Amino acid sequence: MEQLVNKYADKLVKAGLGQTSGPAQPLIGGLDDTLVWNRKADEIHVLENVFKGLTINSLVFLRPKEPYGNLINFLAEGAFNSTPKSFGLIQPKDCETRTFLHDLPVIKEFCADQIVRVLKKRKSVIIAPGKTNDNFKGPAIVAHGTVSPEQGFVTISSVCFASFIKFFTDYLEALQTGTATADAHDLFDSVIPYLAPMQKKFPELIPSPFPTEETVYSAIIEAGQKTVEYGLVDSYFGNVSCLWNGTLYISQTGSSLDELSGCIDPVPMDGSTSAGLTASSELTAHLATISHTGCKAILHGHPKFSVILSMDCDPAEKAACAFNEQCHIKCPKKRFAGSTPIVPGEVGTGPFGLCNTLPQALTQAESAIVYGHGLFTIGKNNFSEAFRTMMEVEDLCRNTYFEKIRFLRKT
Amino acid sequence: MYGWAGNILVIDLTKKSIEIETPGLDVYNRYVGGKGLGGRYLRQCATLPWDHPGMVICIFTGPLTGTISPTSGRAHILSKSPLTGLVGDSSVGGKLATRLKRAGWDGIVIKGKSNTPVGITIKDNRVEFQDATELWGLDTTAVHKKIRPGNASLASIGPAAENGVRFASIIVDRHFAAGRSGLGLCLAQKKIKYLLVDGTGHSKVKDPKKLKEAREDILRLTAASPALMGQFGFTCLGTGAVYDLMDNRRMMPTDNFRHTRFEHASRLNAAAYAKTYEPKKHGCLGCHILCKKIGTSNGQSMAMPEFETMSHFTALIGCMDTKLVVKANERCNSFGMDTISAASTLACRREITGLDYTPDKVLSLLNDMALGKGEGKDLALGATAYAKKMGAPQAAMAVKGMALPAYDPRGACGMALGYALSTRGGCHLRAYPISHEIFRKPVATDRFSFSGKARIIKIAEDLNAVVDSLIACKFTFFAAGLEEYATACEAVTGIETSAQDLLKKGERIYYNERIINALNGFNARDDDLPKRFFTEPGSSTKNIHIPPINRQAFLDAKKKYYTIRGLSPKGLPKKETAQALGLLWNNL
Repeated sequence: MEQLVNKYADKLVKAGLGQTSGPAQPLIGGLDDTLVWNRKADEIHVLENVFKGLTINSLVFLRPKEPYGNLINFLAEGAFNSTPKSFGLIQPKDCETRTFLHDLPVIKEFCADQIVRVLKKRKSVIIAPGKTNDNFKGPAIVAHGTVSPEQGFVTISSVCFASFIKFFTDYLEALQTGTATADAHDLFDSVIPYLAPMQKKFPELIPSPFPTEETVYSAIIEAGQKTVEYGLVDSYFGNVSCLWNGTLYISQTGSSLDELSGCIDPVPMDGSTSAGLTASSELTAHLATISHTGCKAILHGHPKFSVILSMDCDPAEKAACAFNEQCHIKCPKKRFAGSTPIVPGEVGTGPFGLCNTLPQALTQAESAIVYGHGLFTIGKNNFSEAFRTMMEVEDLCRNTYFEKIRFLRKT
Repeated sequence: MYGWAGNILVIDLTKKSIEIETPGLDVYNRYVGGKGLGGRYLRQCATLPWDHPGMVICIFTGPLTGTISPTSGRAHILSKSPLTGLVGDSSVGGKLATRLKRAGWDGIVIKGKSNTPVGITIKDNRVEFQDATELWGLDTTAVHKKIRPGNASLASIGPAAENGVRFASIIVDRHFAAGRSGLGLCLAQKKIKYLLVDGTGHSKVKDPKKLKEAREDILRLTAASPALMGQFGFTCLGTGAVYDLMDNRRMMPTDNFRHTRFEHASRLNAAAYAKTYEPKKHGCLGCHILCKKIGTSNGQSMAMPEFETMSHFTALIGCMDTKLVVKANERCNSFGMDTISAASTLACRREITGLDYTPDKVLSLLNDMALGKGEGKDLALGATAYAKKMGAPQAAMAVKGMALPAYDPRGACGMALGYALSTRGGCHLRAYPISHEIFRKPVATDRFSFSGKARIIKIAEDLNAVVDSLIACKFTFFAAGLEEYATACEAVTGIETSAQDLLKKGERIYYNERIINALNGFNARDDDLPKRFFTEPGSSTKNIHIPPINRQAFLDAKKKYYTIRGLSPKGLPKKETAQALGLLWNNL
């Protein structure tokens, strides 16, 4: 347990969500027969009572660093000013939230009873005391696990990602509809300096053709690491695959892209084994993409502005659309970010699964964005091509987004 | 009352009479249904011998049964196991649960004993006893043909149960087995040949809109699960999809667990069956996963073997013939006999005698077991009793008398702990650690470490206990969680509940089973694995090292488990824990 609580504290820092010292230092508790923490902290006395109130084995506590802290605070205030049905709930519409978190509950007090009450029903709780509380500095996120602190890490990572996406999509829509508040303008301006600058230099990746199976594994591991390093995905999400000698090598489900060693499944294209049982949820989409396009490498990340732009829709058109509550599965319009198609689709293989939309889209371009989810890029021969495309599409989306914002703010 | 029908049918076979019990909402809410409610009735006669007329057989549904809640079509059957003397229970698919609930019953409790073979027919609130003398001796396929249940659900036993096979099963709707624990023998002992159930009512749901939303959340999550809905997942290849994975992870029990790799595995996998038998999807009523596979050969349809059957009738007994596996599976189901226990007993025999099998010999021994002929009489006792009788108890790869399924515990420490601590003996489903140790859900854990596993096992046991009570299929929990099922439960019953509330109920249900077992003399000595796993390594590769299980690490984890579960160091329930969970206390 000691090893795990320290590992995921480090990962929160590496993911840019926490810091090694100061208020954003992660606090993680793991419980087997005894409770261990990664560090000493004042919050422990409350969190120990949370452990007592729940059947869990781990808790992750984090005051996310900027820009996430301010974004979450803003969204939390909105949650307390919303309709009775969604009072105290942040309701992002990105894929991760829709599929796994449902909504993000918010409370005002750092109090064990209230945290327990929320965590009995949901994977996380945001504590946002607002401006008046001197006893507890927020916002903070608490998430739990019944198997490993990794669950809390994943949840907090998702909460931060979802909050980021929600603020930037909401802000664009607010400008489009003329409803942006002064607070939203101020927050937008204040968080821009925290955004990482766009990467200009393409990484040098292992060149193809790959001479051995070992090289294939190395190329996949490297592609995963670089995708995280370049900020094109938070470590836990995304997937990578490569076709070599009639077998698709693909990252396993729930694997971290920066830790793919030992987490790659070989899946023969002839279907002669079911070893792909633990492969990525998007295995079917990868296999179909390979068949449709003849590509050799597929990269899937969650670059933030590609996701944000995928959810941008003219408010008037959206209001008139019969599927405006089901954009993620039924958007009827052909939409593009530059030449990159944007398609609807859910995770996996259901009737609305992205395996039904993505492979076809990738026959038209070397990249496709799945609505509110992420970006898929392909390489005819290797990951260098896919990686370059991913960086270019994200740059394009980021530039397009800010151009739209500048234009709307001028007008 | 929403969710529950409010009526439990109590049948006294001695008197051929029925009573209707109507427990209050408090009882339903505390014990939920399925395993929970059944366990409550079993506790009342916990110390009676399994074949005592006063011993009950419980068949229960749950509050989600008969609703659109995904995978809610399973029933839970309980009694005292003739094989182990422990709580004997099994979750079974088909349409039994749905039909029973629609007939207006949350469950059936059968006590007493008939003097002659009997069939029980339930059509809504009408209960009839039929003379089944003419059916006695027939196999389950023949019984199905004779009775022709149509839309009704038929549960029956075969010759194995009638002839005293300790691991006799109950076969429901031709293809679904309540396989483990010897529950078929419990029915046979009461002279019940079959149970035919039909119902025309509907379950009452408090908030249908909310239930629909919960259903959509669960379906979305299962669609995202490669193990369930992926093209190599259960929906396409059945549970046999696990076969390659176990080979790949060097966890395939081979030669009676003397090795963990079977060199012929790659041509005996699910893909091989798919190619030969072109199986179609089939499953429990209302399920969207449809993991059951029905294949065709020479114009005849047949159930494809489940993963454990595929593995144990090849690697465990040293055979390499898919046709044998299909035939053995068919024969076990017709005779009404648990495939895992049957194959394990054969593997035990092979180790003791040193004699390898031909397919014909395997089939002939299965016949002898079921029909009580010659050597089959001893084999029908199960691996533990057979090995003891042969003077080689170490050759029985079982925990508390129940043979181990097809996951070698040397390849997964959580599985080792889960097997040892299970309240029904060598069972992979009580804690189902394969979920995180192999399938990486909800996240992956280190399969070669005991770190944190004591609490993980305890929480998973609680979870699966309540899942078997709601009822839902455990496979769904590779994808969805209690978070989504709590919403479904709340929508159905109208009673506010959360994932954590359900876990607490699961804890109560599971602790009740520990009490029942303790009342029957089981304690920490029994919570152990066969010695082989601590002394002999598995089949390692350059990259995967399968050492023997570290005995001290295992014992330390077991000790931690007792603390976490609120048991004494001897593995016995404690008064204060029982009372805190609201359970009746007997001095042990």
